[in-house]
Amino acid sequence: MNIYDIIFYLFAAITLVSGFFVVSTKNIVHAGFYLLFTLFGVAGLYVLLGADFIAIVQLLVYVGGILILLLFGVMLTNKITSVDLRSGTSYIIPAVIGVGILWGALTAVLFKTSWRSKAPSGMDPTTSEIGRLLITDYVLVFELLGILLLVALIGAASIARRDKE
Amino acid sequence: MIEVGLTHFLIVSSALFSFGIYGIITRKNAVMVLMGIELILNAANINFVAFSRYLNLGLSGQVAALFVIILAAAEAAIALAIVLNIYKTFDHVNVDEIEKLKE
Repeated sequence: MNIYDIIFYLFAAITLVSGFFVVSTKNIVHAGFYLLFTLFGVAGLYVLLGADFIAIVQLLVYVGGILILLLFGVMLTNKITSVDLRSGTSYIIPAVIGVGILWGALTAVLFKTSWRSKAPSGMDPTTSEIGRLLITDYVLVFELLGILLLVALIGAASIARRDKE
Repeated sequence: MIEVGLTHFLIVSSALFSFGIYGIITRKNAVMVLMGIELILNAANINFVAFSRYLNLGLSGQVAALFVIILAAAEAAIALAIVLNIYKTFDHVNVDEIEKLKE
């Protein structure tokens, strides 16, 4: 068991334990902070997979942007001073059964499939290659996503600011 | 114990995916449902990056993961705007009590 495996199990444990708490804790603000640890753990897994650029983007966009947005959503949609921040749950037992079957099926498929995996190459920097792919093979998707982000942000601002007539 | 390989990462991502589904099914608060969606997107991203490393596919998987992160940002912005509007209209964000699109 080398150092790579130990770090993998560490990050996997962080991801899964905090991911479990995200969906099981009653307090929404706590769920937000557990989500922070989940996202950090996933970023660590990206580093272990040799995806340095994706890991940094994960930290910048998810932890720096989306998580803050979600916490804003929590703060703006709960009367913090009067009502406690508890969120109700429903259908727990059917959900546990269904999700258990789903996970069992997924892992069964994982083990049954013979992946044509190769020995992983070294941990080369990926940023320049990703940049090259973005302006050659994926340039149309890249531009479309830029337009989509612009439309989404304008739409979000206009939806959130609409006053009741 | 066998060496960490593709299957280990896929198991982690499938478990994360299942947690996300569980969150979406059981939570009533719309923001919590959004957090479940974020977990699912992260699970998909782990798959993309893992396949990009362990299968002979080049870096296309990492580019796809980048696109998923961009889409997640757009989705979170739009969804939170909608949630804020729902809160302004109904004074709560419990998704199982919202049955009308307008007052």
